[in-house]
Amino acid sequence: MQPLPKWADATLVPLLSILIAFAISGVVILAIGKDPVEATKVMVTGALGSTYGWGYTLYYATSFTFTGLAVAVAFHAGLFNIGGEGQATLGGLGVALVLLHMAWPHWSLALLAAMAGAMAFGAAWALLPAWLQARRGSHIVITTIMFNFIAAALLNYILVNVLRPTGQMDPATARFAADLALPKLHEMLGWLGIPFARRTPANLGLVVALAAAVLVWGLLWHTRLGFQLRAFGKSEPAARYAGISPVRVTLYAMLISGALAGLMAVNTVMGEQQRLVMNAAGGAGFIGIAVALMGRSHPLGVVLAALLFGFLYQGGAEMAIWMQIPRELIVVIQALVILFTGALDNMVRMPVAWAFRLLRGGR
Amino acid sequence: MDLAVIGGGPAAAAPRPPAIELRGISKAFGSVQANRNISIRVERGTIHGIVGENGAGKSTLMSILYGFYRADAGEILIDGRPTPIPDSQAAIRAGIGMVFQHFKLVENFTVLENIVLGAEEGHLLAPSLAKARRALTALAHDHELQVDPDAVVEELSVGHQQRVEILKALYRKAEILILDEPTGVLTPAEADHLFRILANLRAEGKTIILITHKLREIMAATDRVSVMRRGEMVATRRTAETSPEELAELMVGRKVLLQVEKGPARPGPAVLEVENLRVRDTRGVERLKGVSFTVRAGEILGIAGVAGNGQSELLEVLGGFAAGQGRVRLNGVALDLTGRRSDGQTRRAAGIAHVPEDRQRLGLIMDFAAWENIAFGYHHDPAYQRNRLVMDNAAVLAATRGKLARFDVRPPDPWLAARNFSGGNQQKLVLAREIERDPELLLVGQPTRGVDIGAVEFIHRRLIALRDAGRAILLVSVELDEILGLADRIAVMFDGRIMGERDPAETDERELGLLMAGVVPGARNGAA
Repeated sequence: MQPLPKWADATLVPLLSILIAFAISGVVILAIGKDPVEATKVMVTGALGSTYGWGYTLYYATSFTFTGLAVAVAFHAGLFNIGGEGQATLGGLGVALVLLHMAWPHWSLALLAAMAGAMAFGAAWALLPAWLQARRGSHIVITTIMFNFIAAALLNYILVNVLRPTGQMDPATARFAADLALPKLHEMLGWLGIPFARRTPANLGLVVALAAAVLVWGLLWHTRLGFQLRAFGKSEPAARYAGISPVRVTLYAMLISGALAGLMAVNTVMGEQQRLVMNAAGGAGFIGIAVALMGRSHPLGVVLAALLFGFLYQGGAEMAIWMQIPRELIVVIQALVILFTGALDNMVRMPVAWAFRLLRGGR
Repeated sequence: MDLAVIGGGPAAAAPRPPAIELRGISKAFGSVQANRNISIRVERGTIHGIVGENGAGKSTLMSILYGFYRADAGEILIDGRPTPIPDSQAAIRAGIGMVFQHFKLVENFTVLENIVLGAEEGHLLAPSLAKARRALTALAHDHELQVDPDAVVEELSVGHQQRVEILKALYRKAEILILDEPTGVLTPAEADHLFRILANLRAEGKTIILITHKLREIMAATDRVSVMRRGEMVATRRTAETSPEELAELMVGRKVLLQVEKGPARPGPAVLEVENLRVRDTRGVERLKGVSFTVRAGEILGIAGVAGNGQSELLEVLGGFAAGQGRVRLNGVALDLTGRRSDGQTRRAAGIAHVPEDRQRLGLIMDFAAWENIAFGYHHDPAYQRNRLVMDNAAVLAATRGKLARFDVRPPDPWLAARNFSGGNQQKLVLAREIERDPELLLVGQPTRGVDIGAVEFIHRRLIALRDAGRAILLVSVELDEILGLADRIAVMFDGRIMGERDPAETDERELGLLMAGVVPGARNGAA
């Protein structure tokens, strides 16, 4: 069969998938007696109609970029890392420990240390599943799922019993030193003279995420490790023929993946919450799977898909507030997008490929 | 091997319409015209050969005939009646049976169960099985197709599995039998037997279409032969009135050298010494049972044998991606066969290049571009690195352009993914990567499997050139012709052992065929 042109596969197919998902969402909204046109308006203006909305959209998109990149790197090595949630949770712990227990003269140094802590803890949380897969053949999908639960329980224990300041009811750490807060997006844009809404959570983490995307691109397509990783992901027997060690590639890919997921905490824990709270990852680890699927595991695609999901998150929240549409419906819409862009990909691709054949044949 | 005995006397002139007639069949996949206006008549009670290079459209044509694809245009006539064949059930009803190259058998079912599968009558299995058992006995008796109906298929030899496929077709009352590359996995003796069966079937008035790339079999077994090239039917000949040379020329569209030209070998010192090499597979079954041989500089040692007798394991362990026991020395230095220093990288560093048997599964990453595949396996080469971390993609690209040109890979596009090259060009890609390393020892498995005749000639010349440059080559091939044409010494493998070594000048296919079946000529008992 004639393959679809690359540009169509990368843009047309996901766009159509999203449109179908939105169309069905519209039907659902209609079915519960609300106006889908109005709902769309609220979503779009709420998420993209003001710099305030953008501030939230970008904040969510930043988190999803990290977790999406994490899943994408593992995908390239043929590994399905479902443990982004747990790795991000542990990343938060790494950030908190670094910022609470050491004195930092300036936020920039603290940022570097927090990144190191987040990556180390996230990677460590991915190491054991990776090792079990590489050496023992325990399937990484199973082990990483289980490690998500262990991470949640571990964080629960540590927050309640170890890091909670005495006398505090809240299972959370103490606040980090105020001068270690990352610059917010409005401050950064302010340096450039661009006005932006204050009191939005978007912060310097956005820049870190974009840098991470560029680095992942370089890693995958310009380093020897990336070459081995992609080769292994495409064909394990061929990789063995070439002398690529399955154990090493599996370990490296998962360490990098875990580190990227852990980095998400820089955006949330350090950039926004300023302390470590329960459920710190907030489901972003799972959204990362959809983001990577939709972004075709390419860093640029991941960034764009993360933006879409950021929009869905923020627009959905606005819709829930202003239209008395239950929050669950937002989850339904997100699920539809995931369903159509991820699971039902071929349902859209095949008709599109067919249409392209017709067009070509017509000429 | 004596195929001529059973070969084609001219078919009895049939007053009846041809068993199959195709009129103007065309089929396109996207912009690729796989079949273009194909017309062919296959007379009843004949064996009709169809030859053509890979991608010439033979398989597409047969898939149309068996209802897997629908033709864009054209007409199928069975016994002179237009018969649309929308699916394989319709093909079976029309009396067409197909024996695929890769058998479609349920491995853990018995022969009987496989024969009944899909042809059960009623909801209870027992009556169908009983009926099939009676039919099977009769068929086996009539056609020399003896096979134990209660044997489990996976325990049968490949030759017997093929008989089950034929029986399946006959049980479904096939009058027309299509065989796709039926001898690829058979010993010469098994192939002889198959052709005897086919001759018997022909004598009963059955019609047989034989798809093969082995011109010798075409010459020996068929009554007529049709040649396909680039989706078109370019010629149909009476087999008695054509020659392998003419067929090869028709297939390729130019004159082809079927025989490799080479001078005598000038063997130097031993490069590879293998002593008592043993390999167990993951299930603990011993696949190499103590193999010993030597390959010298400037010679080609050919390993002949039916597929699955340990040749693959031999290449894998020498190539560094399977563990083994025994002693292997390269230029006198022992190779680690199990430990940490036993992988594809250390083998390459030691000077062993490897063209694997299965280029699509092992030799190439099919989704990678040509240039990425050129770096594949040699991604540690300092020439391909910019620094410790970053690869020099530009250098790889430049190297790839040179290799594509020197090995005449078409199209010479370094960005094209490996899967979009034809089989022959994929193989040239692998050869360009491995041969130009100027290795001490080249391991090469099935160098021309699935490769066009035109490219076969090129690949053989390259291998001879490497030999003449004083390099050692270990050649594994299931094609006896190739072994006889290329090798300076021949070792025959059977059941994980080397049955004997022969000088190609002093042996023939009959003797090699016996060795391949585990029989040492002159000895009283088979070694198996």
